[in-house]
Amino acid sequence: MHPIIRTVLVRLALGLLTLLAVSIILFSAIEFLPGDFAQSALGQLATPETIAAFRKELGLDESAITRYYRWITGVLRGDFGTSFSGRGSVTSIAKSRDVVDLIAPRFWNTLFLASLTAIIAVPLALFLGITSALYRNSFYDRAVNAASLTTISFPEFFVAYILILLFGSLWPIFPTLAKVDETTLLAERLLRCALPAFTLTLVIIAHMMRMTRAAIINLLASPYIQMAVLSGASKSEVILKHALPNAWAPIATVIAFNLAYLVVGVVVVEVVFVYPGIGQLMVDSVASRNIPVVQACALIFAVTYIVLNLIADIIGIVTNPRLLHPK
Amino acid sequence: MNKQKYLDKLSGKLTAGQIDRRQFMMSALATGIAIPAALSLAGKAEAATPKKGGRLRHATAYGSTDDSLDPGTSANGYSQNVIYTRGNHLTEVNNDGELIGELAESFEASKDAKTWVFNLRKGVEFHNGKTMTADDVLATIEFHGNENSTSSAKGNLSGVAKASKDGNNRVIFELTDGNADFPYLVSDYHIMIMASKDGTVDAQSSTNGTGAYMVEKFEPGVKSTYKRNPNYFKEGRAHFDEVEILNVIDAAARQAAIMGGDADFADAIPPKTVSLLSRAPNLEILETTGTQHYILPMRTTVSPFDNYDLRMALKYSVKRQELVDKILLGHGVVGNDVPVSAAMPFLNTELPVHEFNPEKAAMHYKKSGHSGPIPLNAGEAGFGGSLDAAQLMAESAKECGIDIEVIREPNDGYWSNVWNVKGWCTSYWGGRPTQDVMYQAAYTAETNWNETDWRTSDAAVRFNKLVVQARSETNDAKRKDLYWECQRLIQDDGGALIPLWANYIHAHTKAISHDPQVAGNWTNDGNKVSERWWFA
Repeated sequence: MHPIIRTVLVRLALGLLTLLAVSIILFSAIEFLPGDFAQSALGQLATPETIAAFRKELGLDESAITRYYRWITGVLRGDFGTSFSGRGSVTSIAKSRDVVDLIAPRFWNTLFLASLTAIIAVPLALFLGITSALYRNSFYDRAVNAASLTTISFPEFFVAYILILLFGSLWPIFPTLAKVDETTLLAERLLRCALPAFTLTLVIIAHMMRMTRAAIINLLASPYIQMAVLSGASKSEVILKHALPNAWAPIATVIAFNLAYLVVGVVVVEVVFVYPGIGQLMVDSVASRNIPVVQACALIFAVTYIVLNLIADIIGIVTNPRLLHPK
Repeated sequence: MNKQKYLDKLSGKLTAGQIDRRQFMMSALATGIAIPAALSLAGKAEAATPKKGGRLRHATAYGSTDDSLDPGTSANGYSQNVIYTRGNHLTEVNNDGELIGELAESFEASKDAKTWVFNLRKGVEFHNGKTMTADDVLATIEFHGNENSTSSAKGNLSGVAKASKDGNNRVIFELTDGNADFPYLVSDYHIMIMASKDGTVDAQSSTNGTGAYMVEKFEPGVKSTYKRNPNYFKEGRAHFDEVEILNVIDAAARQAAIMGGDADFADAIPPKTVSLLSRAPNLEILETTGTQHYILPMRTTVSPFDNYDLRMALKYSVKRQELVDKILLGHGVVGNDVPVSAAMPFLNTELPVHEFNPEKAAMHYKKSGHSGPIPLNAGEAGFGGSLDAAQLMAESAKECGIDIEVIREPNDGYWSNVWNVKGWCTSYWGGRPTQDVMYQAAYTAETNWNETDWRTSDAAVRFNKLVVQARSETNDAKRKDLYWECQRLIQDDGGALIPLWANYIHAHTKAISHDPQVAGNWTNDGNKVSERWWFA
């Protein structure tokens, strides 16, 4: 078997195993949350009998292991269960919403914003990282580093407010409310997502750019680069042809890490720009103990991390001749 | 006729189309006012004339992704807004603060206030074309009041022994005890009249209603959109063609939205930024004083708050004006430990004033025999600025020799783990139109939301008797005496420490306009901005 395919298969298997472990941790963590949904949904006025009936209807009265088994087998069939909320009465089980229907449009929005940010941020970070390695210790290098470190040092909401102040109030170029739905046309969607995407770009760019720069500079000290320099390769040739291929592995890892962050960690930006993404849904669901939604969101987040890391690993292997052709 | 009255009359004529703008100007100038003033008067009068059209975009601070359409479990300000936009009730608190019939054309009580008859408006249609009848009212009442109901309005209807109909347009409520305020109880937002089918209502998934606007889209935690109900029964209401209510939880985002033109109306403007926002040339700030108050309930059954003198010591140890100045930045007034405002009937104006009084506080504290720190479990969920308020209270209590230990509580789970559990916490109330409704929500022995757990002391027992007595008393002079005594008992013996009455603060663009009177019973003009406002 080709070593790449074998590695991918091994990683995939490990990924599934990780996912299983995550699901168990997730389930038990939620078990430890104080309070339960029946109580928070029915409110203070509910009698103990109604709460008991409601718990029974939701299946909360069964043992944790039974519930875990039922949940995980459902997930394997693509059934994430039905949302607890939206059914405040004992008689309305048929009318509650499927978790999938609840999550799908929001997850799509999150992916859209993440992709848009990635399209802006990743090439920009690579460009800045490579050029600042190329002109190491120059004024350009220092300026790029200082600027990106400044933006990463501020909390996201602060960056967002500054952008709103500049481009929403003082020079009203972009809308400050990123309200989109499935009928929004692409052009308007891009316009409305501009400020959130810029905010996220500013937040994640420093990490990727500095890793690119560091990985390349690290390699510049290796003997084979010295050899290339001595053989008369130009500065850019040395970096692009000789250093970069060996630097892809760490760069890809950092990019994967940041892309995963774009999917799972942007709730603050969602709130500030009123973007209907998945983060806000998960936070609200935790607050109201809407467990099926929390579980589904957390599982999606775990999958995101695992898949992106898998891709980063594969890129690392494919681009590295030594790993590609092991002796 | 004095000048102002004459000008008002002229304005009325102008808006009614009896005279044109030119005539208005001539007549106004004749009274001796200058041209710019006359022009602005004409402009004001014209802005005050409701016009049809436009899409209202309302950025609201309330709502979450868990909201549902079910009026029975609706709780937050956004759900209320949705209900008042899409539905109607038997009665309505109008923008002057008076109770009027809404779906009921008229209502009357028997002498002992035990039997209430509501005559329904004829020809009102639900959005799906069904005509509203007594059956819909009965099914709605049954939905909230039935034995297994999980509706939050169950308590409101607990006094209903029997509801029946007389023909299609008359509903008769028989109450177990007389209740002169019963028409107020059915104005509660939960009890929106829903369309029935075979005697039951579909509360969970139906968007149907009789209201001014028909739900087009309901996305919890994001937005809801509406179209005007072409068959709406009210005259001179529902001016917007379309309404969009956006959940913008973040205050800065709400302000950016209204400044940048992404919204026409925004609620819950923080006191800290309202003065800055008022400088924006396109915006107007609207403040209403109403029924919203901030409370620090002491549970009278939990030590050390079970001690009368300790409660008194704490009541006298608060610098209330300082809290108004620093927490509300002046956008509110001091409270006097009763949940009754001047906007409600029968406010006791002769109560002792509870203000900062270190001697009295120290005297009561000494008498209580308590020593050591007093825990105060404060959480921002209780009311905005809770923690700052708690710190200020701890400081002022120190001057009286009382040690308050402020414990910071997280928002998550606040209402189930802290409120109604811990001895002393932070909380808020709003929107109760009468004392009886307020007492039934949080002060009488049987309500679960009796956050001060004030049920068994002599004063509390007497209070509960008086509330029942006042409820069925139809003589206003006698009611006044009863309610004044109720307030005295709460203020003296009860566990409610109510230092603040907070204004509702809204901002809107100058493009939209409203009646001179704006309701204060809830935020957002009684949550009826969609129905009552218009584009000037």
